[in-house]
Amino acid sequence: MKINLVINNIKKEFNVDPSEYLLDTLRNNHYLSVKRGCDSTSCGVCTVLLDGKPVPSCSILSVRATGHEITTVEGIQKEAEKLSGYFGLEGADQCGYCNPSMALAVYALKNELENPTDDQIREYLVGNLCRCTGYVSQHKAIKKYLGDKA
Amino acid sequence: MNYLFEIERTEIMKVQQYYNASSLEEAYQMLLLSNKNMIIAGGAWLKLSVKSVDTLLGLEHLGLDEIVENKAQIEIGSMVPLRQIETNPALIELASGILPFAIHNVMGVPIRNVATLGGTVMGKYGFSDILTALLVMNARLVFYHLGEVSLEEHLNSSRKDKDILLKIIIPKSKMSGFFKKVAITALDFAIINVALSYSSDKIMISVGARPALASLAKEAMAYFNSQSNITDDVIETCANIVINELSFGSNSRSSAEYRKNLAKVYISRGLKEVTSYEN
Repeated sequence: MKINLVINNIKKEFNVDPSEYLLDTLRNNHYLSVKRGCDSTSCGVCTVLLDGKPVPSCSILSVRATGHEITTVEGIQKEAEKLSGYFGLEGADQCGYCNPSMALAVYALKNELENPTDDQIREYLVGNLCRCTGYVSQHKAIKKYLGDKA
Repeated sequence: MNYLFEIERTEIMKVQQYYNASSLEEAYQMLLLSNKNMIIAGGAWLKLSVKSVDTLLGLEHLGLDEIVENKAQIEIGSMVPLRQIETNPALIELASGILPFAIHNVMGVPIRNVATLGGTVMGKYGFSDILTALLVMNARLVFYHLGEVSLEEHLNSSRKDKDILLKIIIPKSKMSGFFKKVAITALDFAIINVALSYSSDKIMISVGARPALASLAKEAMAYFNSQSNITDDVIETCANIVINELSFGSNSRSSAEYRKNLAKVYISRGLKEVTSYEN
């Protein structure tokens, strides 16, 4: 089936199998910042933004995404760079595998919640797992990023 | 090469065709055409539960993704994502916000942006926190063919007729509510979940993830509602009736005995909280 997506503000057309998931469509077309993890909606590393909202790309059939805007971490490059600066300062990443999805989720949080509390930050990101850091340093970095209005 | 992923993918469902219905009647007729035609709601659990589909029917363009509030009730379209319900101000106000609170415990925000209330209701998942909360809110369902039925009737029914769930109706009764999920970790399914509501001196109690599907504790409700005064003894007796009238089972997450103990404690706490009982 033919589908039309707008990926990072660029119109794209793909031929996909009706059984194909958005994660596979993106990775097959070289959007390799979108990672495969559990492949069953649990870990969050495949997160992309669909019309600005974070969704697990492993659980959305590609045909259902047609006509929608998809954002990968490349689509929020400046914000991701800013966040990764704070991650570096706080020692908040090790392997980096979860970073693209974490950046997208944090970006969505920033757009959705005004001045979020510590609990709201934790709750919003509970579905984005990181197996390296233990989350404390990430939480500090995210708070600094959210407080940076520059 | 990733051998594990290759094995998993051979077990994943195969969809022959995806079709976005242009009307409910068209969707209904296509549903009846083949036992291998099915409707996709949010699709969050699709690949884990379905192996082979001829036509997967999408309902995205049929206006089922809205929450409509009027004086008497809140109507939630079957295709409304859980996150939209979780953040709806009217639902946050209703019954102490137990429905948004129950949803809030479901995995992370990304999956709640995908999963729909209709998918949850039609899935009849034993682990569901949401069904437990909906039961004590007197939720009613509207189907395209069958018409209106109570959620309780739907959950207890073994009806296999194909139909399309259009909306979930929640009456706007003035009620206090209580919801508790107990799980081993934040993202895990519940070991037990308990919901209570209290309105016009009437209590409703439901318990889910036993690990069976959520169910109202009708004997306990009848007992509590027949009492003229609320006392410690009444609360304890009521909680005991619940754990005796409902079945509790064991699985890898918990033993039946532990589930019973948890249910008893949280039903007692819930009864005190919703009735504002103080000894």
